[in-house]
Amino acid sequence: MLKEIRIHGRGGQGVVTAAELMAQAAFEDGKYSQAFPFFGSERMGSPLASFVRINDKKIKIKTQIYNPDYVIVQDPTLLGVVDVLAGIKENGLILINHEKSAQELNLNTKVKIRTIPATKIALEILGKPIPNTILLGAFAGISEEISLEGVKSSIKERFSSEIAQKNIQAVERAYQLMKGES
Amino acid sequence: MELSLKNKMKMLEGSKAVAETIKVCEPKVISAYPITPQTHIVEYLSQMVANGEIKAEYVNVESEHSAISVCLGASAAGARTYTATTSQGLLLMTEVLYNVSGLRLPIVLTCANRAISSPLNIWNDHQDSYSVRDSGWIQLYAEDNQEALDLHLQAYRIAEDERVSLPVMVCMDGFLLTHTYEPVELLDFELVKKFLPPFKPKYYLNVQNPLTLGSFAEPDKYFEFRYLNHKVLINSKKIIKEAAEEFKNTFGRFSGDLIESYYLEDAKIALVAMGSLVATLKEEVGVLKIRAHRPFPFEEIKTALKNAEKVIILEKAISLGLGSILETEIKNIFYKEEASPEIKGIIAGLGGRDIPKSSIYDLIYKIENNLPLPDFLDLKLELIENEGEE
Repeated sequence: MLKEIRIHGRGGQGVVTAAELMAQAAFEDGKYSQAFPFFGSERMGSPLASFVRINDKKIKIKTQIYNPDYVIVQDPTLLGVVDVLAGIKENGLILINHEKSAQELNLNTKVKIRTIPATKIALEILGKPIPNTILLGAFAGISEEISLEGVKSSIKERFSSEIAQKNIQAVERAYQLMKGES
Repeated sequence: MELSLKNKMKMLEGSKAVAETIKVCEPKVISAYPITPQTHIVEYLSQMVANGEIKAEYVNVESEHSAISVCLGASAAGARTYTATTSQGLLLMTEVLYNVSGLRLPIVLTCANRAISSPLNIWNDHQDSYSVRDSGWIQLYAEDNQEALDLHLQAYRIAEDERVSLPVMVCMDGFLLTHTYEPVELLDFELVKKFLPPFKPKYYLNVQNPLTLGSFAEPDKYFEFRYLNHKVLINSKKIIKEAAEEFKNTFGRFSGDLIESYYLEDAKIALVAMGSLVATLKEEVGVLKIRAHRPFPFEEIKTALKNAEKVIILEKAISLGLGSILETEIKNIFYKEEASPEIKGIIAGLGGRDIPKSSIYDLIYKIENNLPLPDFLDLKLELIENEGEE
């Protein structure tokens, strides 16, 4: 069944890379997938979005995503700035990079919210505030759409071994953290 | 299923998939000037040349006019050549594009379709390639990245066929295809060699056997040259079909030849489109995909639409001062026919305006219920209502 994911972040946080890695992870799992950026003029720090589609059959559609099943927010400062919940399905799920819990965030929505302090984990393990791979690990932990193994393979495919190793460590931490909570 | 998908396909950006295809087509000369959204294609290729993965000369130039001129010279000297561009870059090439087709040089060019200035806009529509549709090039449009890469190989075979010897422009939607990651099946090098024979032009610039290319033609002969160019372009329809058929036999994939008729046999309503919009429409209704815009598939479109009652064209370009170009072209097919479907062209998606499913559903509802149809899809009239006051 077709699943649509929208990723929000800011230029420089690897928003587009996150979408590509997620699509690659789904592909590694044996599914069809598609990743594309919101086609804009990307600048460091400006809000932007990227999109992923995952399905067990070939994906034809080539439009932007208006009613996502999942939303991932890479930057906590986007809350209240960008309507990250726009169009999300009622039974959808939003994963936010935030140190606060879902209850503390008190967002005005009925959709399920999960949070993870991804920037904190990124600084700890990667030494850089780039939360994208950690959020993918967390996403694998809370949804059935991609597997932890798929995320790990996509990271290995993409990065040199040293960077890949650290990212995999961070991804595993995020995955365990989410699994432990649910 | 899991294993077969991963074994067969690779997850690639559209631009990378095209670059990988050009690599196995083994051009001897590549020349291009980077411009969004074509940039990734030529970046990958220049890297491949620098790494020695392609034994080609990569000629850096200061403009698109020079890029296509380099290709013209190289092709005239008998080398397989490649270039890519978009939008303003394609327009800057225009005078040379006409020369290339007039000289019958089989250059392959990727147009990463993008809107035209002004206002400046880097997003997708088809105005750039439409603007040179009368230049004598074969123009083929890709629906997805798989078709884009398959078309590039077919393009070389068609272009270099002795019966054609014309340039081919492969049009793929900027961003929507060039920047989208999706699984594609890359072409096997051995099969490519089987499908595409080495380029051995009958005539080329050669000091051992001097000849003149691009001579002067006075009024007593120029007309006949133009007639021949037109004739050979019309005749290329046969070779485009053959290439699609032979591609199917060699690689096992077929996505149409001049057109693709998608569930049109019993459809009362037919939507007509080119490029990646076709893929989105295919999820809903009967679709006529125009794969070759030039040469224009006159007979093929007539046959495909013979049972349709309503033909609605969604077109990502406009002839300013006329409106829908395909509407005119398709109406021309049915002029003087006893029965003609209702034919309506709608301008859509200019400058990257997304064409969401909701707009397509709304349009289909209107068509089915005989409601008035717009000339422009999702036009925001409220933005221009106060123009007179400001």
